[in-house]
Amino acid sequence: MNAIARLGAIALEQFRGWGHAAFFFLELLRAVPASLRRFGLVVAQIHAIGNRSLVIILASGLAVGFVLALQMYYALVTYGAAESLGLIVNLALVRELSPVVTALLFAGRAGTSLTAEIGLMKAGEQIAALELMAIDPRQRVLAPRFIAGVIAMPLLAILFSAIGILGAWLVAVGLIGIDAGNFWSIQQNGVDVWRDVGNGVIKSAVFGVICTAVALYQGYETEATPEGVAYATTRTVVISSLGVLGMDFILTALMFSTGR
Amino acid sequence: MTKRNIEILVGLFVVLGLLALVFVALKAANLTSFSNGDTYRLTARFDNIGGLKPRAPVRSAGVVVGRVTSIALDPKTYQGVVELDLDRRFQFPKDSAAKILTAGLLGDQYIGIEPGGDDANLAPGATIAQTQSAVVLENLIGQFLTGRADAAGSGGGGGSGQ
Repeated sequence: MNAIARLGAIALEQFRGWGHAAFFFLELLRAVPASLRRFGLVVAQIHAIGNRSLVIILASGLAVGFVLALQMYYALVTYGAAESLGLIVNLALVRELSPVVTALLFAGRAGTSLTAEIGLMKAGEQIAALELMAIDPRQRVLAPRFIAGVIAMPLLAILFSAIGILGAWLVAVGLIGIDAGNFWSIQQNGVDVWRDVGNGVIKSAVFGVICTAVALYQGYETEATPEGVAYATTRTVVISSLGVLGMDFILTALMFSTGR
Repeated sequence: MTKRNIEILVGLFVVLGLLALVFVALKAANLTSFSNGDTYRLTARFDNIGGLKPRAPVRSAGVVVGRVTSIALDPKTYQGVVELDLDRRFQFPKDSAAKILTAGLLGDQYIGIEPGGDDANLAPGATIAQTQSAVVLENLIGQFLTGRADAAGSGGGGGSGQ
């Protein structure tokens, strides 16, 4: 009987947590229109979230492009299909790698800083101070960061794709010596703007929602102690990474399962 | 950092992102190949479309002149109805023939258009009258085997095959 009661308690606790997060998300969405009217706050946050993640995104994209091109070449050249190198790298990047890897990097680079910032704001009772001044902290603090994250993520992901394809081009054309005309024309024949590139952008926007919402929730609900903030920061990375990977599977199944 | 500098940096970031999107769309995907504005629609009916898929290329003399837009089954004649969007620059005579061909030995299937000799051209919305279905490998092997069996049966007399 005790075991069943404990199971029930755990289940209830889980449901309570999920419900709490869902209400938080709804209230965040409700605060979005109001803070869209004060776009200056959003711009400052895009700078903090987007611009400052640029270097790590570009460096990773270039490295992924290099490595994919080199590794794929060894496999493809045995089948005499080395010319399709660009197509494979392009599809892998645009459909899967750039939304997912960008989101994982984003969770580590920007998500953690959001959680720590808001967690410390809460620990320093700045959030409570805003409430005392009748300023809604959701509109003033949370929503601008949320919008900035949702705007910045697709831009970062498409930059990741572009720099990755350029990296593959450097390796394929510069190092291996694949014909540049074939490299581009095979890609143009095989990659569809709406099905591949468009769906990749949609994916990264969804990941932007997940990563930013998780980071904000963890920061906002943190225990207002140094350990609490540290714990919340860790959870931000774990939960947003798992959320992104799980959602990626669902989105891939929805977007690309119906054949060509 | 002043507010104006931040705004400039964010503007640069957004422009960079949009440039990357344009680069991926134009240089590394098929946005340039065909836009919707300058095409016309033709219909072709095939007894068997084989492995033809929507967005497969339509070629004439090996040059891509259009794409397959949709494939459906006619419920009355049980034929595959294939709609093609062709580039307006390329007009074909009325008695042109459409064939379903395969790129390479095992490659993707595409539609090849062989121009006829008629003076009048196919109007937008017209149906291509002469079509040749896809070659289905199983049927071909079946024909080959029955052909050999027939030959063996008539030529070999009472012998046990060749």
